[in-house]
Amino acid sequence: MIGDRGQCFYCAQCGRSCKVYGDFSSSSVLVIPALKTGNVDLVTNAMAREVLTDREGLATGVSYVSKDDMQEYQVMGRTVILAASACESARLLLNSKSPRFPNGLANGSDVVGKYLHDSTGADMGGIIPELFDRKRYNEDGVGGMHVYSPWWLDNKKLDFPRGYHIEYGGGFGMPLYGFNWGIENLNGTYKIKGKQKEAGGYGASLKEDYRYFFGAHVGMAGRGEAIARADSYCEIDPTVVDKFGIPVLRFNTTYTDYEIKQAKHMKETFSEILHAMGAITTWGGDDGPHNNYGLHPPGNIIHEAGTVRMGNDPKKSPLNKWSQAHEVKNLFCMDGGPFVSQADKNITWTILALSMRASEHLIDELKKNNI
Amino acid sequence: MDRRKSIKTLLVGGASAGVLVEACKLADKKTTDAEVKKADPFVENYNRMPEEQAAYRKLMTETFFTPEEMATITILGDIIIPKDDVSGSASEAKVPDFIEFIVKDMPEHQTPMRGGLRWLDMQCLTRFEKPFKDCTQSQQMEMVDAIAFPKKAKPEMSQGVSFFSLMRNLTATGFYTTEMGMKDVGYIGNQPNQWNGVPDDVLKRYNLAYTEKELKECVSFS
Repeated sequence: MIGDRGQCFYCAQCGRSCKVYGDFSSSSVLVIPALKTGNVDLVTNAMAREVLTDREGLATGVSYVSKDDMQEYQVMGRTVILAASACESARLLLNSKSPRFPNGLANGSDVVGKYLHDSTGADMGGIIPELFDRKRYNEDGVGGMHVYSPWWLDNKKLDFPRGYHIEYGGGFGMPLYGFNWGIENLNGTYKIKGKQKEAGGYGASLKEDYRYFFGAHVGMAGRGEAIARADSYCEIDPTVVDKFGIPVLRFNTTYTDYEIKQAKHMKETFSEILHAMGAITTWGGDDGPHNNYGLHPPGNIIHEAGTVRMGNDPKKSPLNKWSQAHEVKNLFCMDGGPFVSQADKNITWTILALSMRASEHLIDELKKNNI
Repeated sequence: MDRRKSIKTLLVGGASAGVLVEACKLADKKTTDAEVKKADPFVENYNRMPEEQAAYRKLMTETFFTPEEMATITILGDIIIPKDDVSGSASEAKVPDFIEFIVKDMPEHQTPMRGGLRWLDMQCLTRFEKPFKDCTQSQQMEMVDAIAFPKKAKPEMSQGVSFFSLMRNLTATGFYTTEMGMKDVGYIGNQPNQWNGVPDDVLKRYNLAYTEKELKECVSFS
């Protein structure tokens, strides 16, 4: 037990919202305890439009549209912290134009929206005949079949920088929508209990097939580090607004050989591992140079970061090392925006660490009345 | 209005101060779960957003398949997943209800399903002068055998093959995601447990064992 949170008992229903708050999620672990302090007013259904500033160039609050009544409201504060997720925080800054900040709030460096990057991703999977018809037991618990491969190679011997880790899927997962969809591609290809069957079919024979293949699938996903580049960016669309009248972003992101060659390496590695474990590849094996080796489009892995990067030089970065805007000392950005680059890991923990660091600095500055 | 809202309101079309007051009332109004549940039998106690509740209510109060189509779906479902010595049939597991639900929740299934059912009935009318559900059992099986095996079906049956594969996929999803289906296929999870690694007898079967290092360093529950 940690405070009001219960102990995880590995029922593997995390995606349905954990009823004992044993999972880490922002609502269970951050928001609910914050509300309990009594120091937080939570305004829901509020679509932030822009950050408001005064004549001295300090942030004074946020203007937002209430989704309940489509009316405009303001919240005022001594400090403004943006944590809307990398692209949305950039959007808020770029939409917060004023005579002092014609290019967007805190954007004298002209860098807000740039260096947008995501994790790379490519996947492959198959079936393991040796695991057909295997003995049942409870395999729920830690996700990803209790297996994970951190990056293990030396880049000096490779034709791409950085690296990737491997996540796994398979095992006796709970049947969900799509359970053994397309069994006609399996049950005619492999003998079932020694019998060669005709692909597809129906009846008691088909039920036997579903039982036979359960737990014999395996899948691999590579998640790697992309290079943050200034020419990969989001910006405000000059003509399009959303239903609240707020200008939207438009995107210009591509992958280069750095990422494509990494995906190629992923595919070659997965193919080798699948073969060595006695598996037959059934999906993801047909990718090649024609489709960037199955490299997911940027943004697909949803680890977007980099659009409000930190740096010591105000001419090259909107934020300083405390995630604080160089030009607006009471404005912070504490999400994926400040990342200069990200490792091949999901960025949540680093966001938490950077936010904690920035918050402690903010408290310090508030106590000293610097803000 | 409460203290944290200041008064910068976008009024459309010159509405009066009355709109302002109404807007605040809307923002401050809270409805308890119990009140909502009493008013609307389709709202379950899941803390759903109002728009989710509205979508669910709309879905659950409309009907897509006709009674004739449902009869055909039920017969087909029980041919695909019949009762055997391990578990019951698709209709026992309420798979027809699931198929009605899923085509409303995923409208992209509507045309392929309705079109496929119609194709099936036209085929049976040509062969047996009756729609599928009114044919004899051996006539029905003759029709099913012509479309249930993608690799050996005749080319002119391709529409039916495509429909039957979809029907098979949806029936399987509808069946194996029920308690009956999960028991049948042997899913033992979704219950409290502590993972202590692969059971010993299973490791033995594949000639594997955990190393001393692994046993020492990995989490164990005793």
